[in-house]
Amino acid sequence: MGDFPILLTIVLAPVIGALVILFIPEKDERLIKITAAIATFVSLVLSVYAYLVYDKTAGGFQFTQDFVWVERFGINLSLGVDGMSLPLVLLTAIVIFTGVFASWDMHSRVKEFFIFLLVLVAGVFGVFVSRDLFWFYLFFEVAVLPMYILIGVWGSTRKEYAAMKLTLYLLVGSAFALIGIIALYVYAKAQLGFGTFDIMTLGTVEFDEAFQKFAFFLMMIGFGFLVPMWPLHTWSPDGHVAAPTAVSMLHAGVLMKLGGYGLIRAGVFLFPLGAKYWAPLIAVLCIVNVVYGARVAMVQKDLKFVIGYSSVSHMGYVLLGIASLNYMSLDGAVAQMFAHGIMTALFFALVGNVYHKAHTREIAAFGGLAHQMPRVASGFLIGGLASLGLPGLNNFVAEALIFLGSWQVEKVLFGWLHFRVLSILAIFGVVITAIYVLRVVQRVFFGPRNPKWDHLTDARGVEMVPIVILIGVLVLFGIFPSLLIDTINVGVGPLVAKISAAAEIGGVF
Amino acid sequence: MITLNHYLILAAILFCIGFYGAIAKKNAVAVLMGIELMLNSVNINLVAFNRFLSPGEMTGQIFAIMVIVVAAAEVAVGLALVLNIYRQRLTTDVNDLDWLKW
Amino acid sequence: MINLAWLVPVLPAIAFVIIIFLTRRLQMVSALTSILAMAGSFIISLGIVFEVLAGPVTMDNPVELSARWLEVPGSVFIQAGVLIDPLSAVMLFVVTFIALLVMIYSIGYMKGEPGYSTFFAYLSLFSCSMLGLVVSNNYFQIFMFWELVGLCSYLLIGFYYHKDSASQANKKAFITNRYGDFGFMLGMFFLFLLFGTFNFRELAAVIPSYTNEALLTVVALLIFVGPIAKSAQFPLHVWLPDAMEGPTPVSALIHAATMVAAGVYLLARGFVLFESATTALIIIALIGGFSSIFAASIGLVQRDIKRILAFSTMSQLGYMVMAIGLGSITAGMFHLTTHAFFKALLFLGAGSVIHAVHTQDIFEMGGLSKKMKVTTWTFIIGSLALAGIFPLAGFWSKDEILLTAANAGEYFGIPILGPIFLILGLSVAFMTAFYMFRLIFVTFFGEEQPGSHAHESPAVMTVPLIILSVFAIFSGFIGTPFTPNGFAEWVYYGEPHHPHPNYGIMIMSTVVALAGIWLAWLIYGKRAISAEMLANRFSTIHRILYNKYYIDEIYLWLFDRVMLGIADACRWCDRKIVDGIADGFGDGIRAMGARMRFIQTGNMQNYALVIFVAVVIIALVLAVPVLGGI
Repeated sequence: MGDFPILLTIVLAPVIGALVILFIPEKDERLIKITAAIATFVSLVLSVYAYLVYDKTAGGFQFTQDFVWVERFGINLSLGVDGMSLPLVLLTAIVIFTGVFASWDMHSRVKEFFIFLLVLVAGVFGVFVSRDLFWFYLFFEVAVLPMYILIGVWGSTRKEYAAMKLTLYLLVGSAFALIGIIALYVYAKAQLGFGTFDIMTLGTVEFDEAFQKFAFFLMMIGFGFLVPMWPLHTWSPDGHVAAPTAVSMLHAGVLMKLGGYGLIRAGVFLFPLGAKYWAPLIAVLCIVNVVYGARVAMVQKDLKFVIGYSSVSHMGYVLLGIASLNYMSLDGAVAQMFAHGIMTALFFALVGNVYHKAHTREIAAFGGLAHQMPRVASGFLIGGLASLGLPGLNNFVAEALIFLGSWQVEKVLFGWLHFRVLSILAIFGVVITAIYVLRVVQRVFFGPRNPKWDHLTDARGVEMVPIVILIGVLVLFGIFPSLLIDTINVGVGPLVAKISAAAEIGGVF
Repeated sequence: MITLNHYLILAAILFCIGFYGAIAKKNAVAVLMGIELMLNSVNINLVAFNRFLSPGEMTGQIFAIMVIVVAAAEVAVGLALVLNIYRQRLTTDVNDLDWLKW
Repeated sequence: MINLAWLVPVLPAIAFVIIIFLTRRLQMVSALTSILAMAGSFIISLGIVFEVLAGPVTMDNPVELSARWLEVPGSVFIQAGVLIDPLSAVMLFVVTFIALLVMIYSIGYMKGEPGYSTFFAYLSLFSCSMLGLVVSNNYFQIFMFWELVGLCSYLLIGFYYHKDSASQANKKAFITNRYGDFGFMLGMFFLFLLFGTFNFRELAAVIPSYTNEALLTVVALLIFVGPIAKSAQFPLHVWLPDAMEGPTPVSALIHAATMVAAGVYLLARGFVLFESATTALIIIALIGGFSSIFAASIGLVQRDIKRILAFSTMSQLGYMVMAIGLGSITAGMFHLTTHAFFKALLFLGAGSVIHAVHTQDIFEMGGLSKKMKVTTWTFIIGSLALAGIFPLAGFWSKDEILLTAANAGEYFGIPILGPIFLILGLSVAFMTAFYMFRLIFVTFFGEEQPGSHAHESPAVMTVPLIILSVFAIFSGFIGTPFTPNGFAEWVYYGEPHHPHPNYGIMIMSTVVALAGIWLAWLIYGKRAISAEMLANRFSTIHRILYNKYYIDEIYLWLFDRVMLGIADACRWCDRKIVDGIADGFGDGIRAMGARMRFIQTGNMQNYALVIFVAVVIIALVLAVPVLGGI
């Protein structure tokens, strides 16, 4: 498979799938779903293959391919993955593949739904495999716009409001990022003598400190919208709640990770001094994310809102990892993106399953569902345990690395706030997480059998596909974390080297 | 002695009358007539400039004929529209024709 | 055998996987799978114990095997490892042995329950986690298994998940333990920050030379928060009594013999740290001592047979923690070992009783001695051992602890501590004897309840009782002051010190224990003193004790008011302020549009006027430079 364009195929497989679906008659729902499954399966297999054959000793970008696009402005479609983006490509592939199965019970406008879904996921894949910032941005927009239609048409609970809110927030965020990218391009062109959007070439430019502060601020706000960073977060719970199952899975599982990934790639990597300057702000806001998000999740009445706010809380850990700016914490941040993606996809798949059958998501309406739906209950419990960071599941490793990394930071913020205080608050987040997760598990699944729900059937057949795959991934990487962390190390290593080089002149923590 | 200025003043007066008709009249036909007046004032200008500034050439006069032709076509289309609107809405009052605003 | 030590936790894990994926429908196969795996672990553990006792492996010369588990280059290296020394060997034996007996017992006890296979799967998972915890060679691994045993405890307490009380209890257990884990995690991270490793032996090499004792004290106390929750010490003890909602074999295995003892084990394992921070040690001893008397006093008045045993467990754990706090891991671990046997015996006995009478209120039982001979006698043996009557197991181990307590003043150089801890220990011994025999007189000897269909349990349940009662009688002999080369030479910290028989303490402890039994007999056996009369006379005290000092109520209030209050405030802020601002932006722009809207009249004539005016203005602006003024 020497010259086989793996990454291009990963991106194009969903697009081709969408094109094929275009020619399938509307009535033939089964065939449409199977086509979607095959298209995403191709991406999944290739992602797994790429993950396995990626050469960890060589490191850097691999499976690279370049297509000249607009030569005059130095815009190329250049693909490639390194240790940081590879796990996220794998994550996307897993989530979309399972997402297709989670929407097996979708029966309204099936054709359009899957077309938009596949286009959306092609955009997400594109973001992770681009080495060119222009295409990075372009793919991102490709991912956002189908989301609007998917939520607006197939959603529930205030779907128009949520779709509008989500799209506006994301577009405002991407506008900030776009300004940052253009400023970067102009500045680098003056330095290099030629224009380029290539991330590695840009990485060699020495930006002066004032520019770094300015550009990192733009990136921080821009990608902060996506992560989402408090107080730019309210689109995400609303979006999660309104979106149909597969879209929630993709949205919480992958789309939010674009923010973290972008912040590391286009923020920390290019502007280490800017990152250092703004890290205290990120650190404080991320603690608000963690603690406040978890608190709000504690008193929600809708199942999906609980998970939505838990995502806000968990993405706070990612930000904490980024703000700590050291090897362990950045490793942890990437690992947490992966782990949280899988975990939250599992949650949404299960909630979608329950909602589809019970037509309500109100926690108070349920009780004793473990009698009728033991498999769903077990899956939900495992997802919950992953969420609260139980050892043996992937999230624990990620969170432990973030905590350990942030614990190493000897820095006093604003002259009085020791960084370790923030770490302690973040670690306390796991206690609050345990409270709200177990509260939900107990209220929904435990307790006496409620005959009102006797008509609910347990997950079976294709419904089990997402549950089994996602739990399998959580457990596999939880028990053998080296499988994941070693790859991430390869990607984070050069980044850390660059940060420490910047530390020589400016002193990063 | 009638100079260029006289023609220009006449054209200006005519234009203003036409403009007033186009802006202030409620009847769509009157509006169209106002537009005709404005076009004709322009024709006077074209012919007058041609006559006084470069009598050897015919450019201005040809332009004036061009304008007359276009104006005729325009009136034909405009009256057809007015007629159709009248058939549908039983009105030619332009204040009622505000469907551009939703 | 020691090279196979890694198999000890792995075998039950395999059993768990097999049961979950293959044999859920086949109940007996599931049970046998788990028991066979456990038997395998037990045999290996037995081999390890013999090898350790015979061979050169000592506390100072352990065997360590490890593999790379997680690494971030230049930052952290975490191993998956096995550390075998007499301490872990003893624990391995105790855990595998009791787990095996409990599993056998469960064949009978759980008969006919839905989820029979699942129960055995959970037990296997628990055994795996517990054994993994025992063999850990570093803090990180011990923390992971620490949480996993918590998970198993959660699953098993909530085994009857259809009962609201059970599903509340397991949530409470998990969350309370989370608070403990939070402290543990902070302490562990501090250790890593100070010394750059999690490995026990590497830490043991560097900690004694570390000079900042104040920081070490903080670290030690943070780590101690873990055991406070796990071993149900005051003030994080509230989950243990509620944990009795689980099936009784679970209470015997997890909430009496093994998991709750993990806290004590951790203190022993990381003793080098605590020993370097004297203040922390004193605080540990005080918390242990206080918990033990606190729990014993509550146990005096409870009515539920399992709750009495739960408070007794808490009290005995406090004893062990106190012993370790007073500097003797030998005494603590010795008591842990003997206690594991007789407390498991008592719980299994209680299970046998509950199995027969289907109630847990001791005042609804009575006169069971005639119908349940084996249960009665084994229960009495267990109680005698717990009360510390010569020559049963509890006598020797409690004696060790009292001896340690008497020497506390010397150990810390604060003379007053010795008498304090000795008196505390003796009063706990008195109360223990009292509440255990109150239980016995009421349950087994009182009047028979009318309409009772009590019957002896099947052999599969009574045989484990008999085996355990043998251990409850004889297991103390491994560590008596008269035993050559006994427990004190196996498990020690620093130098082994063989205990010298202290007849004064032996006599004192026997006297108070007998006094407790005698008082219980007066009140509940002979009924010379009326229990109701006492309860009425001391009604305030009785009410406070019966309600467990209202600690649960206080916590509930704190949770409802403080935790949920903050959460509600956050939600309000999110909806009204954060979202309000975002929506406000949208509304603002919309309002602006509404204002601008009137320009768009839809009237062509207006547009034409505007266009004309604009054209005139543009024309003027362009014309001005050409004409040189208006």
